Amino acid sequence: MPVEIGLGHYLTVAAMLFVIGVFGIFLNRKNVIVILMSIELMLLSVNLNLIAFAAHLNDLVGQVFTLFILTVAAAEAAIGLAIIVSFFRVRGSIDVADINAMKG
Amino acid sequence: MDVAAIAFYVFSAVAVGAAALVVISKNPVHSVLWLITVFASCAGLFVLSGAEFVAMLLIIVYVGAVMVLFLFVVMMIDVDFAKLRAGFAKFLPLGAVIGLVLLVELVLVIGVWTFGETALESRAAVAPALEDVSNTRALGRLIYTDYVLLFQASGLVLFVAMVGAIVLTHRRRVGIKRQDVLAQMYRDRAQSVELKNVKPGQGV
Repeated sequence: MPVEIGLGHYLTVAAMLFVIGVFGIFLNRKNVIVILMSIELMLLSVNLNLIAFAAHLNDLVGQVFTLFILTVAAAEAAIGLAIIVSFFRVRGSIDVADINAMKG
Repeated sequence: MDVAAIAFYVFSAVAVGAAALVVISKNPVHSVLWLITVFASCAGLFVLSGAEFVAMLLIIVYVGAVMVLFLFVVMMIDVDFAKLRAGFAKFLPLGAVIGLVLLVELVLVIGVWTFGETALESRAAVAPALEDVSNTRALGRLIYTDYVLLFQASGLVLFVAMVGAIVLTHRRRVGIKRQDVLAQMYRDRAQSVELKNVKPGQGV
C-alpha cells in the first residue's frame, strides 16, 4: 500500500511530542530539571510544525523562524540551568515547592 | 512503502517513544540521554522534510551544547532525585487525562483543517529550486538580507543569556588564594630580598 507522507503525518508527530511535554510537566512537578526538559520537548514540537509547514508550502520563512526559536530555547535553557544551580547553592534543593522565598 | 516513508515512521516512532521515556524515567541522567535521542531523531525528520541546515544546527547546538549543559547540571547537583518523584503516582491520572484531552483536540484540529485560499500567494519567501540553490545557501541569503535585524537581535539574546548565566552562577569566595598580577608586578627587590651576613663556620 503506497503511503504518501504529508503534512498531516508531521503535524501528528509534533502534536504527540507536545502532549508528552505537557504530560511531563504534570508528572514531574517537583523536579525543575525534568520540567525544563519537558519545555524543550514542547519547543521542539513547535519547531517540527514550522519545518513541516515550510516544506509543504515551499516557504523558507518557517526554517528561519525555527532558527530563531532554537536560539531563544538555547538561551532559556542556559538561564534556567544557571538559576537552578544558584538556587541549589542557596537552598540545597531543587524542589518546586521550596521555591517560595518571594512569598514573604 | 518507499524508503522515505519507512524512515519517517522509524524516526517518528523513536522520537515519540524516547520522549515518553524522558518524562517517565526515574533517573534524570537517563532523561537527558533520552532527550538526546529525541533530538537526534527529530533532526532525521528535519532532513526528511528538506531542512538540512536546521537539522545540523539541532545536532550541533542541542545535542552538542545544551544537552551537555543539562548533563553537567544534573550530575553536579547532589539531590535525592527519588524524593522528588514522591507525587508521581498521584499526578499520573490528572496528567494522563489532560494529555489525552489535549491530544484529541489537536488531532481533531489537524483532521478537519485546510489551507486558506490566499495561503500560497501570501508566502513571504518562496524557496528556490534545490537544483539551483542548496538549502543552506538559500537560508543564508534570506537571513542576511530580509531578516538581518532579527538575526542580530537573536545574537543579542544569546549574548545577554551568556552574561546572565555567568552573573548568576559566579561566586566570589573569601579565604582562598588567587593570583594578583599587579601585586606581582609591583613587587620590588627591597620587599623580597634580604642580605644576611653569614659568619664562616656558623650557618644562618
